[in-house]
Amino acid sequence: MNALDVSQVLLYLVLLIILTPVLGGYMHKVFSGERHFMLPVLGWLEKFIFRVTAANPEQGMGWKTYTWSLLLFNLGGFIVLFLLQLTQNLLPLNPAHLPGVSWHLALNTAVSFITNTNWQSYAGETTLSYLVQMIGLTVQNFLSAATGIAVMLALVRGIVGRSSLLGNFWADITRIILYVLLPLSVILAVVLNAEGVIQNFSQPVTVLTLEGGKQVLPMGPVASQEAIKQLGTNGGGYFNVNSAHPFENPTPLTNFLEMLAILLIPAALTYTYGKMSGSLKQGYTLFTCMMIVFLAGLLISLYAEYHMVSPAGKGLVLEGKELRFGNTGSVLWTVATTVASNGSVNGMIDSMSPLTGMTAMFNIMLGEVVFGGVGSGLYGMLLFVFLTVFIAGLMVGRTPEYLGKKIEAFEVRMALTGVLVPGVMILLFAAIASVTRPGLEGLNNSGPHGLSEILYAFSSAAGNNGSAFAGLNANTVFYNLTLAVTMLFGRFGVIIPVMAIAGSMAVKKVTPPSVGTFRTDNLLFIILLTGVILIVGGLTFFPALSLGPLAEHFLMHSAVTF
Amino acid sequence: MKTLWMTLKFLLFFTLLTGVIYPLLITGIGWTIFPRQSGGSLISKKGQYAGSILIGQEFHDKRYFFSRPSAVSYNPLPSGASNFSVTSKELAKLVRERQLKFTVENGLDSLISVPPDMLFASGSGLDPHISPSSALLQLERVARVRQFNKEQRQKILVLIDSLTESPQFICLGEPRINVLLLNLETDKIQ
Repeated sequence: MNALDVSQVLLYLVLLIILTPVLGGYMHKVFSGERHFMLPVLGWLEKFIFRVTAANPEQGMGWKTYTWSLLLFNLGGFIVLFLLQLTQNLLPLNPAHLPGVSWHLALNTAVSFITNTNWQSYAGETTLSYLVQMIGLTVQNFLSAATGIAVMLALVRGIVGRSSLLGNFWADITRIILYVLLPLSVILAVVLNAEGVIQNFSQPVTVLTLEGGKQVLPMGPVASQEAIKQLGTNGGGYFNVNSAHPFENPTPLTNFLEMLAILLIPAALTYTYGKMSGSLKQGYTLFTCMMIVFLAGLLISLYAEYHMVSPAGKGLVLEGKELRFGNTGSVLWTVATTVASNGSVNGMIDSMSPLTGMTAMFNIMLGEVVFGGVGSGLYGMLLFVFLTVFIAGLMVGRTPEYLGKKIEAFEVRMALTGVLVPGVMILLFAAIASVTRPGLEGLNNSGPHGLSEILYAFSSAAGNNGSAFAGLNANTVFYNLTLAVTMLFGRFGVIIPVMAIAGSMAVKKVTPPSVGTFRTDNLLFIILLTGVILIVGGLTFFPALSLGPLAEHFLMHSAVTF
Repeated sequence: MKTLWMTLKFLLFFTLLTGVIYPLLITGIGWTIFPRQSGGSLISKKGQYAGSILIGQEFHDKRYFFSRPSAVSYNPLPSGASNFSVTSKELAKLVRERQLKFTVENGLDSLISVPPDMLFASGSGLDPHISPSSALLQLERVARVRQFNKEQRQKILVLIDSLTESPQFICLGEPRINVLLLNLETDKIQ
């Protein structure tokens, strides 16, 4: 690592810290219905959509109606996307004449995109038509991201609100998309396009290479999808190798912007949360806690990646990495994409050092709460806040409360459910896969790394991340179905408890803070919260991680190969 | 029932907005302002597409500078990587082979340390770049096979220097050189 590598990392962190209050403050205006500068530009479209759908944005919903609308909306998206893939051969905009997608792959991909996971069992350029990429995948990139933010808004309104109503789901997703996701995507897409990300509807181009061979270059509307893929913490690539592909990520600048886009909204939402809760310190507390875990993972990964022992000796290992991003650009991306449930990759995590792979996996196993997915990161983090407040309450023998509202048995039960469901899915299915033939047949590497491949796949699905130890061949009936189930539980197994908490918190009385109130906006709380996240998230998986990446790390240093 | 209706109406609206209007808007802007980039940054030679500046090509002919190893032999349908772990026997074997091949083909001392970009395959399998040091190590061989004199050899050296891309905005990325461009320009040397 040299000074330039360090300055790239610092530049990234500084920009993230500066942009957090800027975007966070703007989003607060949007979500709370205040005037903001995008209203004159797109306000007419908002009015138009509410008029034609006859939705009443002022009509508040209770938690059950809100959840029900959200679930139906996601189910609708699933059905459309599933059918689009099955019938793409009969539909227009398929210049490469790709056949319909197999049912289990279509099922997996549809689940993957409505749950904001964007796991890729498919290779985009040889599996999906332009039409499916556009009106299927791109649309769900927007909708699943908006769903995550909507759930977060409902929870926060439940915590700080004074009525049982949590807002209007239709109004929320409309505003999230219209004023946040869409404008940011347009800006990013145009910049990416200018730097070389392709955007067209042409046939694949056949070129005559310099040595007289033939090379067929895939084409398509990539820039528009790439932008929302990064901003909405989606991560499903247009191409098989995702953002390692030069048409998705052609220059170091696009790499940097795409990386920044991963954490931009999740980080800014902590500020929005501070605004909504009436105390910016509450927001900065969460931001700081996230930053600590993020930086710890980044430092471990950078160290590990620069101290690998490979068959070529002790030098830099560039297997699975693109030269234009370099080692640091690949590691920074890997850590950002795994804390944020984004799941896009610009280098192959399968080939990175065992400790980098473990950090990536661990970030996901923590429940994607370190910045996390858009919206989902914050509501996941708030579950940990409840647990922390509860544990702190047990220690001092007071009824735990958060922002003036009592945390009682129901909330703790729901919070624990939301925290444990993904973990159970990971360990259960990884255990099944590592002792059955269909599970083991997909492996690309043997030894402890094989276990890592399986463990990573189910972690990625349960955390709705979507990145992979991509050597694992997951396009089989076994993996497509088990991963689809894991993704569904990992998403809705958390959303439903969160909404239930929102509903029960909403009707609680507010008690004004007293001297005995346990503060949730100081250093002590940051330490406690970080501890709870690491212990609950970490200890559950420690045995599995020791057998996989940790074992491999020590074997690598003894030059053992498999 | 009312919720079901709402779902359908909003799904349709957002499909039109984010799935049709938005990509078309970006395409429109792209083709107006950046037509070359939108179409894949293609390069033509003698009226025919000779490749994309962004997508690497495989070179076997010793007259040319070689690209990085690739798990898909630079066939973009589909892109791909080896995904070998660092403790993989197969990777160890491949690295040894590449080390040997690179030193032998370029007539280098067998003890020389080959730059890592020539030992390890890229993430996309389509990486268009190699490091400047990898290019310099291939220079003698290319000049020899082309039977270049001192002056022509000097011209390649200047080419390597001028085509080397520095990190963008000082700190982003690594110094690198586009192999396809380098080979196209080397072909032009008289």
